[in-house]
Amino acid sequence: MLILHCPNCGVMADETELTAGGEAHIKRETVGSDDAAFEQYLFQRENPRGVHFERWRHTSGCGKWFHAARCTASLEVFGTYPAQTVEPPKEITDKITAKRPGWSWRSFS
Amino acid sequence: MSTRLQTKGRLVNRDRQISFSFNGKRLKAYEGDTLASALLANDQMLVGRSFKYHRPRGVVASGAEEPNALVNLGEGHRFEPNARATTTEVFDGLKAGSQNHFPSLEFDVGAINQHLSRFLPAGFYYKMFIHPRPLWKHVYEPFIRQSAGLGKAPDAETRDPDTYEYFHAHTDVLIIGGGVAGLTAALAAGRAGAQVILCEQTADWGGRAAVDGDEIDGMPVEEWIKNALQELESMKNITLRTRMMGAGVYDHGYVLCYERLTDHIGPSEGPRHRLWKVRAKQVVTATGAIERPLSFAGNDIPGVMLASAVRDYAINYGVSAGDRTVVVTNNDDAYRTAIAMLDAGLSVPAVIDVRATPDTPLIERVKSRGVRVMQGMAIAKVKGGKRVTGVSVCSQAGEGAVLEDIACDVVAMSGGWSPVVHLWSHCGGKLTWDEAGAFFRPDPTRAPLSFDGTPFVIAAGSANGEMDEGAVLADAYTMGQEAAKRVGATPKGAAPTAKDTAQAPLLPVWMMPQGASYKLRSKMWLDYQNDVKVSDVQLAAQEGYESVEHTKRYTTLGMATDQGKLSNINGLAILAQELNAPIPQVGTTTFRPPYTPISMGAIAGEAKGEIFQPLRRTPMHDWHEAHGVYWEPVGHWRRPYCYPQSGESHEDAVNREVVNTRENLGLLDASTLGKLIVKGPDAGKFLDMLYTNMMSTLKPGRCRYGLMCSENGFLMDDGVVARIDDDTFLCHTTSGGADHIHAHMEEWLQTEWWDWQVHVANVTEQYGQIAVVGPKARDVLQSLGGMDVSKEALSFMGWADGTLGGIPVRIFRISFSGELSYEIAVDAGRAQELWELLHANGQQFGVMPYGTEALHILRAEKGFIMIGDETDGTVIPQDLGLHWALSKKKADYLGKRAQQRTHMTDPDRWLLVGLETVDGSVIPDGAYATGEGTNANGQKVVQGRVTSTYYSANLKRGIAMGLVLNGPDRMGEQLTFLKTDGTAVHARIVDPVFYDKEGVKQDV
Amino acid sequence: MSEAVSALKSAEYQGFARVSECGLRGMITVRGDLASRKLTKAVEDATGQQMPKPRMVNTDGPSGIAWMSPDELLVMVPYADVTGKLAQIDKALAGEFAMAVNVSDARAVFALNGNAREVLAKLSPADMRRSALPAGEMRRTRLAQVPAAFFADADDAFTVVCFRSVAHYVFDLLKAASDPSSDVGYF
Repeated sequence: MLILHCPNCGVMADETELTAGGEAHIKRETVGSDDAAFEQYLFQRENPRGVHFERWRHTSGCGKWFHAARCTASLEVFGTYPAQTVEPPKEITDKITAKRPGWSWRSFS
Repeated sequence: MSTRLQTKGRLVNRDRQISFSFNGKRLKAYEGDTLASALLANDQMLVGRSFKYHRPRGVVASGAEEPNALVNLGEGHRFEPNARATTTEVFDGLKAGSQNHFPSLEFDVGAINQHLSRFLPAGFYYKMFIHPRPLWKHVYEPFIRQSAGLGKAPDAETRDPDTYEYFHAHTDVLIIGGGVAGLTAALAAGRAGAQVILCEQTADWGGRAAVDGDEIDGMPVEEWIKNALQELESMKNITLRTRMMGAGVYDHGYVLCYERLTDHIGPSEGPRHRLWKVRAKQVVTATGAIERPLSFAGNDIPGVMLASAVRDYAINYGVSAGDRTVVVTNNDDAYRTAIAMLDAGLSVPAVIDVRATPDTPLIERVKSRGVRVMQGMAIAKVKGGKRVTGVSVCSQAGEGAVLEDIACDVVAMSGGWSPVVHLWSHCGGKLTWDEAGAFFRPDPTRAPLSFDGTPFVIAAGSANGEMDEGAVLADAYTMGQEAAKRVGATPKGAAPTAKDTAQAPLLPVWMMPQGASYKLRSKMWLDYQNDVKVSDVQLAAQEGYESVEHTKRYTTLGMATDQGKLSNINGLAILAQELNAPIPQVGTTTFRPPYTPISMGAIAGEAKGEIFQPLRRTPMHDWHEAHGVYWEPVGHWRRPYCYPQSGESHEDAVNREVVNTRENLGLLDASTLGKLIVKGPDAGKFLDMLYTNMMSTLKPGRCRYGLMCSENGFLMDDGVVARIDDDTFLCHTTSGGADHIHAHMEEWLQTEWWDWQVHVANVTEQYGQIAVVGPKARDVLQSLGGMDVSKEALSFMGWADGTLGGIPVRIFRISFSGELSYEIAVDAGRAQELWELLHANGQQFGVMPYGTEALHILRAEKGFIMIGDETDGTVIPQDLGLHWALSKKKADYLGKRAQQRTHMTDPDRWLLVGLETVDGSVIPDGAYATGEGTNANGQKVVQGRVTSTYYSANLKRGIAMGLVLNGPDRMGEQLTFLKTDGTAVHARIVDPVFYDKEGVKQDV
Repeated sequence: MSEAVSALKSAEYQGFARVSECGLRGMITVRGDLASRKLTKAVEDATGQQMPKPRMVNTDGPSGIAWMSPDELLVMVPYADVTGKLAQIDKALAGEFAMAVNVSDARAVFALNGNAREVLAKLSPADMRRSALPAGEMRRTRLAQVPAAFFADADDAFTVVCFRSVAHYVFDLLKAASDPSSDVGYF
């Protein structure tokens, strides 16, 4: 039962107040995309044991989406940040590098 | 025999006698007794039967680890199976009964299994019931079901009358376990100023220290406990709870604690159990240790008990388990039992010690009181059937040749102690093997981690592997201070101290004697409840089971309701021995919460009866209720299904409502419809992305029906959109869609198009919505007065604001029935008032309210699709012939790209058609149309299925819609639909619009 | 002319805490840029209250402003004034990327007096300690299975807001949680 800091309203939210939204930083593919790119967008997901970037919505709360950088093995949360971004903030990737040297996730490292 | 002693018993109140019953027999107990101590006081050593062999079972332990003394409690609505007698407090009038026997506890026919035990070895079920396959369903499965389970399941007709609740508590430090370690840790954390919850699973503080301990801080242990409690109670930052067990430790400091509020007094006011959902920054597990049994032949005969339990009963409850106690041990601690028995005036014929060890103070004390100490010796076998009558003694080194028989009625065994590491382990805390103590202890370098990556569980005292009182206190204080430091408090004060008695090292002995024959090994129990013996684990190892997790499942070792609290270490030591591997390499099985079973009621919390689930009521709910409504649950909503009049069946009522709405006037409560306001300069652009059709071209004052698809292309919702002004749209969703379409819109706005200027608000519940439907709809509105509802002023698919009968309303001229129809939105606070007004004024026009079933039939007569009937998450608009609603002008909308994928454009997708039965009957819902031949799995080929099917009272025949292979090209063709009873019904493919094909009735 | 009615018509229950439905409250959801001076003025003028800091509520009797999310406020006014206040806010926000909608009838409001923190802690996972949820801070969370929001005044009396359709459910929850034999003694 995780507890995550909502970067939008500042509440430490219980997992039961949140809705998990799957993988973060997915780029939308649409009309004009080839089948491979569209398949990647719709269906292909990371499933790492370790560093992961996820989307969460503070459903029973401020209603806003945010992202969490988290270790799926130790459950350590490296940080949460608002959803209006296409990549994790540097301070969070720096923190992950300090704790998990050599990490990589999709194109981020 | 077991009986009540003259000595007092620290936990019982001899001044208050109470009575309870066991298997219908009335027995006496004292306040403070557990059911186990009370049964022993009444010479009821035999308390149950084991699972597999139905062997007689007696009390073994004195606490939560008890595997045997499981009983039925209560009766009728309060009946509960598998309650542990050792943790059940007796109250006046308590009714208990033994379980897993037939016809009686004393005489049980299932006990025949023990004579068949040679044929029921490890893995018996897997080996026996696999062949021949066809026997499984009718022979094996019923047999296994019959013999499965220990206690009896409560009667299906009973309803638990008690209430339960949750309590969410946030704290700095949670300390689990109220023995001297827990109290000491609480003193340390509390003095430092941290906020602390300290919980103890039993009714009493201090744990076992008062039974065993000499002195703490120079005073008797009991006095020290009293003082410690006084100090803790005086601290405002400390919450003390007894009868509250730490049940499970989960992610990020989340801990479930199980508080039993009334079990010790019987049925009472208020909640029976409270499940605490604690969020602690730090968790200290001061959960103590559990004594291990020894493996010798006949160690399951009633009267063979843990040495610590034997002295617990004597000292805590003033109960002797028997007159003559033989102690058998591999360590010094068990000598305390001999002393306790002697102090109680009972006899100890011998202490059998597998070690050859020089005298230590404890051994000295026992010897000095004239007890015979037999060193290097072991028990060859225990004699007796339903009760121990004696032991045969042999040399530990040999193969079990009997040297001597000793008569006794209790065997007090001790194989050493294992720290209770369950709560440490639940959330990933790792263990390390302690060679000296022969146990697993928490490895503090591999503790469970919290969200910030720092450890959040600390083990303290015996739970941390410290077994001597002085060391326990020092460790617990240090760990309490550590917890305080980690939450930012500053440690103060000094640890309590105790002098430890020097003890000789324990000798790890996993089997007795060392060279025991198969015959002996097949009588050495590891798991008393599930009947797993040393020979079973050995057999598993011989058959190739190397993983402890596999061996557990194969033999069922540790899979009983006690989850192997006594058996696991002994079992895996046997496995290690057999595999010739060191114990830590074999490892432990996984510790899973809860520590001991918790009630289903506590898990459900407050959610029962009226508040089992939220029930959503529309503003007109009370009116429906007062007018004979038959409800239909729609999600959490209650919607009128129909309004039966006196003597009318539901079917009749629906048919009447359907006809009346087409011929006169119907009123429908449509309040549950989702209503979302979408506003902003980019609102049109946004809705063009969300709906498949064009919304940005809609004119203010007008309405348009729209479809929404997911990014996968599948149809997810539909509804009418009204444009309020240039910047503002009102989107109606399905009843089930209000919340998730709102969330869907917010998701796209927040996470993809966050630069678009659009706001969304869910105003579903701001309005009651009333559909006024039928040829007289206009008449009734005109009779109320207030606004012009003529065709000219308010044409089909238009909307207008105004008042009706003095009530402000917004009227939409939309129709889901094909009739002249007005949907009226009114502030929820006045919705019932308007409904009543319409109903009263409608009398002259033959008004009748109608429910959801009539709504469905009316729409099906018109061939209108329903999300959830015609769609199931795999259907695209093209399947439903809704091409007209798919904009070709728009470059993009959600789902557009997906609808270009090959499977979506497959010409063989099943397509929507109407279905008309040849005989006029109603096709069963979901029925499949058969095709030619069989598929690769040998199943009949199918070529279509029914999605909606009703009796149409207007057409006086069955009508249906369905998805059919090439359906629209096969008009007039006849299909065969199979019913579940094997018969078939034939239907012709027709146009899905059955009624008023030209659509003239709605546009008048 | 008839009066608009609240979901439970001012039902009450006395347990170890007192639960009372408050009747209809004027409530307007305002969304927009909370840093905007125009928006700030619009809601301050409508209520006589100051723009609250994140998560906070500024109230005086029936009038108040609550911070609900980074782009959302709940403006509270007397129920009878809501139409006028909404028009006033709409006018003040003209030309601004913002939205104001009347949600008065979509809500039910309860007053919780007595050991309210204990009652709410049975139903919500929120940290109910005074240090974590001081007077004047709005907590949006859930009560058992439905969304809700609440805040305390200086006397630790709580105002609880939920959706109208579940008013009955929430009232029953609060009743069960304040059962006289069920006080916990934690706060």
